[in-house]
Amino acid sequence: MPQASLLRQITDFANRANPYPLYEELRRTPVLHEADGPYVISSYYDIEALLHDPRISSDAAKMTATGDDELSEPETTGLPPSFIRLDPPEHDRLRRIANSSFGPPHRPTRIDSMRGELAQIVTDLIDGFGDARQIDVVDGCAYPFPVTVICRLLGVPREDEPRFRAWVDPIVAGLDPDTRTSAESERVAQEARLQLGMYLNGLVEQRVKEPRDDMLSDLVNSRGPDGAMTTMEVLTTAVLLLIAGHETTVNLITNGMLTLLRHPEYLQRLRQDPILSVKIVEELLRYEPPVQLLPQRTCITDIEVRGVTIPKGSRIWLVLAAGNRDPERFKDPDRFDPDREDLQHLGFGSGIHSCFGAPLARLEAQIALSELARRLENPRLVEDPPPYRPNAVLRGPRHLNVDFDGLNP
Amino acid sequence: MPADYMGWLRREGRIVIVGASLAGLRAAETLRAEGFAGELTLIGDEPYEPYDRPPLSKAVLLGMASPHHTELPHRREIDAKWRLGVAATGLDLAAKRVRLADGDEVEYDRLLIATGVRARPWFKEEEARLDGVCLLRTRDDAVDLYRRLKAGPRRVFVIGAGFAGSEVASACREMGLPVTVAERAGAPLVGALGGVIGAVASDLQLENGVDLRTHVTVTGLEGDAVGRVRAVHLSDESVVEADVVVVSLGSLRNTEWLAGSGLGAGPRGIACDAGCRAFDFRGIVTDDVFVAGDVARSPHALFGYQFLSLEHWGNAVAQAQTAAHNMICHGADRRPHLWMPAFWSSMFGVNIKSVGVPPMGEQLMITQGSPAERRFVGVYGYQGRMVAAVSFDNTRWLEFYQRQIERGAPFPVEFPTTDRRPEGRQPVDADFPDPSLPSHGPMVTLSGYSPADQQLVFHPARH
Ligand SMILES: Cc1cc2nc3c(=O)[nH]c(=O)nc-3n(C[C@H](O)[C@H](O)[C@H](O)COP(=O)(O)OP(=O)(O)OC[C@H]3O[C@@H](n4cnc5c(N)ncnc54)[C@H](O)[C@@H]3O)c2cc1C
Repeated sequence: MPQASLLRQITDFANRANPYPLYEELRRTPVLHEADGPYVISSYYDIEALLHDPRISSDAAKMTATGDDELSEPETTGLPPSFIRLDPPEHDRLRRIANSSFGPPHRPTRIDSMRGELAQIVTDLIDGFGDARQIDVVDGCAYPFPVTVICRLLGVPREDEPRFRAWVDPIVAGLDPDTRTSAESERVAQEARLQLGMYLNGLVEQRVKEPRDDMLSDLVNSRGPDGAMTTMEVLTTAVLLLIAGHETTVNLITNGMLTLLRHPEYLQRLRQDPILSVKIVEELLRYEPPVQLLPQRTCITDIEVRGVTIPKGSRIWLVLAAGNRDPERFKDPDRFDPDREDLQHLGFGSGIHSCFGAPLARLEAQIALSELARRLENPRLVEDPPPYRPNAVLRGPRHLNVDFDGLNP
Repeated sequence: MPADYMGWLRREGRIVIVGASLAGLRAAETLRAEGFAGELTLIGDEPYEPYDRPPLSKAVLLGMASPHHTELPHRREIDAKWRLGVAATGLDLAAKRVRLADGDEVEYDRLLIATGVRARPWFKEEEARLDGVCLLRTRDDAVDLYRRLKAGPRRVFVIGAGFAGSEVASACREMGLPVTVAERAGAPLVGALGGVIGAVASDLQLENGVDLRTHVTVTGLEGDAVGRVRAVHLSDESVVEADVVVVSLGSLRNTEWLAGSGLGAGPRGIACDAGCRAFDFRGIVTDDVFVAGDVARSPHALFGYQFLSLEHWGNAVAQAQTAAHNMICHGADRRPHLWMPAFWSSMFGVNIKSVGVPPMGEQLMITQGSPAERRFVGVYGYQGRMVAAVSFDNTRWLEFYQRQIERGAPFPVEFPTTDRRPEGRQPVDADFPDPSLPSHGPMVTLSGYSPADQQLVFHPARH
């Protein structure tokens, strides 16, 4: 069946560097369903509607109730599901508690007040390039920067990065629809999640005794109107924030640098006008979103999308990156154009599960890109396309080698 | 008239906008964005550049935003002649002229009226003049009220528990000020959202320490020897001492300046067709006078062609854009103003939002969450159809309900949702007050039933 192959092509690593022609094909069947597979939604308006549809569940437990998807076993062993895999009211409660130490209304300035600190981290990383005339943007900046930031924010020792890296990698691999076809990788991911949780538990225990000014302390000591999180809830939330706090931003920054190198006029403008980074990052979230698709939704009743009835219990994929280039929604969607009047996107999702870390991710990408643009003299891509990470969901280059003539002060 | 009138109008016509606030500014921007190159004049009786009102009863009262800094951001250059601080006092439809308070006259080829509404003042003039009796509509009002609240009055008294009054009460509590709220109906927000939701709003006020008095009216305000308000008398014979009284009794449409002009303008606003063209008093549509914003009353196909007059921020923006577009277009290119009514408010830490026309609903179902937790979505039904939804701290779902309303989704709501509770399985009476009884202006007023029915319905005075 040609449709079956389309989905397989999208998850196929061979097409990672440029999946957009496949997405275009996907949009021709706005509700694509191949045998036993998920219902795949690819148009902007449909995705946007389903993200606000209370008949769509993100609950890990409800997905298996359908029986047709043995691969997404609920996380029975180890840690309970984090709030991205829960529905209201539980989702709302946990997300609110987490948010009370992160954003408005309780901490409206927490992220913004990190501006100076963030800029300093980037400066140090770029200074660290030393006399090199070629760097890997990923290893040199796009990865270490958000890791350092999320470690500081949560209160995780930065030096422990090699330790938690060993658990993060299999967890992230478990999110890849391709590796999900193996029950073994699922088991490995669960095991890694548990290990990471146990590691964080050590830190949490310290924070109970000696709270500091970090999110782990806030989470264990939350006493708002929603009450406190249980220890297990604190751990799954911390695992979520630690991983989501850098695995996506690294791609946003790397995709950003790659896109700017492919569109040197914007690199040039950004160098002169760092404020442009605000628009550039928004357009990047449309044009090259770090999260390409959301594979974890189910409908709890029959629903109709564009005349197709999706039966109760079906798994639904929302292909954000395809919606972001939907010509029904955007003029000239395949053009990277930070000047477009109506800068909108599904890059952070929408609705109650819209990206928790969006304010931080935006700021990190704005600072990293404007600093890289300003300081790298005459940067050039070494290879195009660069080598990609395997993941089809969290898509981005594994390396981004760039030649340059020197560093501006 | 030139053969290519529209081409001429777009190039060198004269467009006048009366009312230089939200709707006026957005209309001006749209005109320029769509290529109007002629002469554009904005007339506003307030001495200020267009500013935003919703913060006035929220952030401004809490001192979180300065009333002097709520200017509306300009979305583009509009290159207009601004006539600020001067009211329009009359309109000559035949000669296409607007008369101004300073004696000037301004000629137009197309006119947009966006004069909005003003706060309904306390009905006893002498009492209304007492020092400490406040209204809240303009920036000046907000400056004055903020100053008084900041001074730490012993008690604030709010007359009327609609959205604005409730927001003021919320600000007072947040500032730690004792506040009494008097409401003629059985609960706050009843006119806008009905008694069931009103009861939730009641609990919210009581929990937050508001001295809420329902089923009462204020009968008089009492001043001291030097003309400062000192006490409020209620219909249940009680007397409450207060040194600030906020009169929050809904609004009056700014249409008096059109008296005698021949336009279909009156206390219920200016009736217009779905394309924002004003009707004259005979019910005939004009083609050079347009209206937008709080002052307009236009038919909505989705709600039985009822003439809706909406005091909603989003409506003012959308209607201004549609009116502006239609002003410089030929008939076939015109668009109807079919904006889905939507309103938001925030009080006592809760975000409230509604879509559709709740007062049209007869029945209500809670489809997500629970009123007891103050987080829920309620759906209003009318004759088997979903006509509105309201959310408390659940804003992000409303888009879904909006689409359901647009599609004429059936009511009662049968489908399950991820957070549907047993209590929401059966519809209940939404409990709106009998519309034939006077009430303090609900946010939405409805009249007329079909496109052919353009009769003005005058409601009795509210006191
Ligand atoms: C305190 C407050 C809080 C609000 N909160 C919300 C909210 O949370 N959500 C929401 O959806 N809406 C809210 N609103 C309503 C929203 O502000 C209005 O819907 C919006 O301002 C309407 O815009 P408009 O341009 O139609 O009218 P207005 O803003 O009323 O502007 C009309 C302008 O015309 C001027 N004018 C009147 N007569 C003349 C004349 N003869 N000549 C010249 N100028 C004249 C007026 O002085 C005024 O400046 C609130 C309003 C207030 C007052």
